[in-house]
Amino acid sequence: MSPVMKKHAMPEQDPKVRAKNFNEVTLGYGEDTALAEAQRCLHCKTAPCRQGCPVEVNIPEFIQHIKDGQMDEAIKSLKSYNSLPAVCGRVCPQEEQCEKHCVLAKKGESVGIGRLERYAADYAREHGETVTAPQRAANAQKVAVIGAGPAGLTAAGDLAKLGYAVTIFEALHAPGGVLMYGIPEFRLPKAIVQQEISNLKKLGVVIEVNAIIGRTYTIDELLDEEGFEAVFIGTGAGLPHFLQIPGENLNGVYSANEFLTRCNLMKAYQFPKAATPIKVGHKVAVVGGGNVAMDAARTALRLGAEESYIVYRRSETEMPARLEEVHHAKEEGVQFRLLTNPLEVVGKDSWVTGLRCMKMELGEPDASGRRRPVEIAGSEFTLDVDVVIMAIGQGPNPLIQSTTKGLDTNKRGNIIADEETGQTSRPGIFAGGDIVTGAATVILAMGAGKKSAAAIDKYLQEKRQ
Amino acid sequence: MFKIVAKKVLSPTVKQFAMAAPQIAKKCQPGQFVIIRIDDEGERVPLTIADFDRDKGIITLLFQEVGASTQQLGQLEEGESILDIAGPLGNPTRIKKMGTVVCIGGGIGTAPVYPIARAMKAAGNRVISIIGARTAELLIFEDEMKNASDELYITTDDGSKGIKGFVTDVLKRLIDEEKLAEVMAIGPVVMMRGVAEVTRPYKIPTVVSLNPIMVDGTGMCGGCRVAVGNESKFACVDGPEFDAHQVDFDTLIARQKMYIPLEKKSCENGRGGCKCHQS
Repeated sequence: MSPVMKKHAMPEQDPKVRAKNFNEVTLGYGEDTALAEAQRCLHCKTAPCRQGCPVEVNIPEFIQHIKDGQMDEAIKSLKSYNSLPAVCGRVCPQEEQCEKHCVLAKKGESVGIGRLERYAADYAREHGETVTAPQRAANAQKVAVIGAGPAGLTAAGDLAKLGYAVTIFEALHAPGGVLMYGIPEFRLPKAIVQQEISNLKKLGVVIEVNAIIGRTYTIDELLDEEGFEAVFIGTGAGLPHFLQIPGENLNGVYSANEFLTRCNLMKAYQFPKAATPIKVGHKVAVVGGGNVAMDAARTALRLGAEESYIVYRRSETEMPARLEEVHHAKEEGVQFRLLTNPLEVVGKDSWVTGLRCMKMELGEPDASGRRRPVEIAGSEFTLDVDVVIMAIGQGPNPLIQSTTKGLDTNKRGNIIADEETGQTSRPGIFAGGDIVTGAATVILAMGAGKKSAAAIDKYLQEKRQ
Repeated sequence: MFKIVAKKVLSPTVKQFAMAAPQIAKKCQPGQFVIIRIDDEGERVPLTIADFDRDKGIITLLFQEVGASTQQLGQLEEGESILDIAGPLGNPTRIKKMGTVVCIGGGIGTAPVYPIARAMKAAGNRVISIIGARTAELLIFEDEMKNASDELYITTDDGSKGIKGFVTDVLKRLIDEEKLAEVMAIGPVVMMRGVAEVTRPYKIPTVVSLNPIMVDGTGMCGGCRVAVGNESKFACVDGPEFDAHQVDFDTLIARQKMYIPLEKKSCENGRGGCKCHQS
């Protein structure tokens, strides 16, 4: 029997309906579809899919368990590699990772690995998964993890499983990092994030919120006074970039971080029931072409904006956002102004009234390998908008670097750490995720957290001897 | 949870809380602030630290009820708790021996000036303080400022106490009389702008502490950006104190008004029970 060449479709909310609510866009496979999709896996001996996964999930194994109806085993297998499968099943760029390497992808569509991961994680959650705390010695060594985002949560989970006493220090009032403040509810329900975090707590991980490392405690205090023997820094990319164009301080200009934080973490969509306000605007321009830009543009629609634009200076081919997110955004009515470069935010009485832009065309490839956008002379126009959201990336937050002696950074301010181990210039201090690499994806941060956890284990074992 | 161990009502709209927050009390320095959140649906509100007692593990917060969240906060009583306090945030004031330093506090801005004046004096400076308010009832921290300063001047707009006029009137006189090493001013933005304009022609180093709209307080949201010189700075990680002669106060004033229409809506919906929309 020849294999089914197309991936089973994922049921979704109707675009017209979902553009007005914050419920999850995709609804997940039902049992029959999951089983049928699992049947598509060829269980290749070489498992090329695993090479594409930054945390090396044993993909053929967990899919085999789904096939066999052994859901407990499926989640056990997944969790032994990945502490946050319900998150990864939703937000990983699978098409660029595991699924890209799937043998079926050569002739048709890859196995829906992400969808099956989500199915297994959701099944476990809905059927009351049990988490048992690992054995921990009374004199277990203490490890501090800074930042409760994807990198920190992963490192903490792995270290707790190895028997260490782990405390996560989180600057915000809720753990989760970008999973809480950045990625919207309609892509990643917050209840799911909190469930994954509560599972980590069941593993014995302590989470201290409102603890800003570099201010509330310094790293040296953690090491010298609080008894921690190793530190993992996973503080992410925490300083939004702006374009440095005129008018950026007008009222109505947001960084995507602020716009999304107000909405996601602070629940401004429930204003005034929730106290944090947000200025939504009738017409919103989001500058940028990544997933964060799509999130902001789609969120603006859901908050009631009549028009929501993506303003991106290259063409759709160069857009860094996932295809699925671009597709979803279009379906929901987000309008794309491609090959369009913002020049100035214009305003009246200190409020935004428009975004003056220039049309671009693509020239020769630049250092990034992408064709360089070139201005078309005389093509200036003003987009009629009252809110502008800058989604052009983030740099590293300086708080830790500026308060930790001997911690080397590069000229952009990112912490310098070994790619394989996360080892920084200071013994006992490890770092990984966006703070090291610059803004990237959830799963890459998790991969870095995982590698660092292994390296910290090795470091502490040697220290014990 | 963080407990309110003492509450003082300084005026109908100005309240002072002593909060149990040992770790912050241990670490905070003059010039720094915290971010509080009253409850699960609360805003993140930045408040400057007016005082601290490291031994007792207490920080003093002082606030004026201006919107729904501060209204709601003002209704809390001694013994009650708020959900979150994060900090200390921002960079500490640069304290060193410079000579004669003028510390200016306008309205509730006097509260965060107090620990700075105290530290400036401890560092060996001659501290001249000027505190001002619209009217006598709105003056705060008078005794504290008196103790922290070599000289204290009081101004009220209506002349109900001290000198009738503005803090800038006294400052002009001081500039004529002696050499000033630095002026530090915290208060309403209009007052800080006034101070900056008075000292600018004399090139007297002048520092102001800015309180723009802020969400996380750690640099992540970029909401607190202010134009300083020709650059955008984030008040939470680059400040909150800046060279007054470089600050674009007009943009700051405009940005601070951004949420007033929404604040009114919030008040009308019963949060905090304020009366700000009735006037």
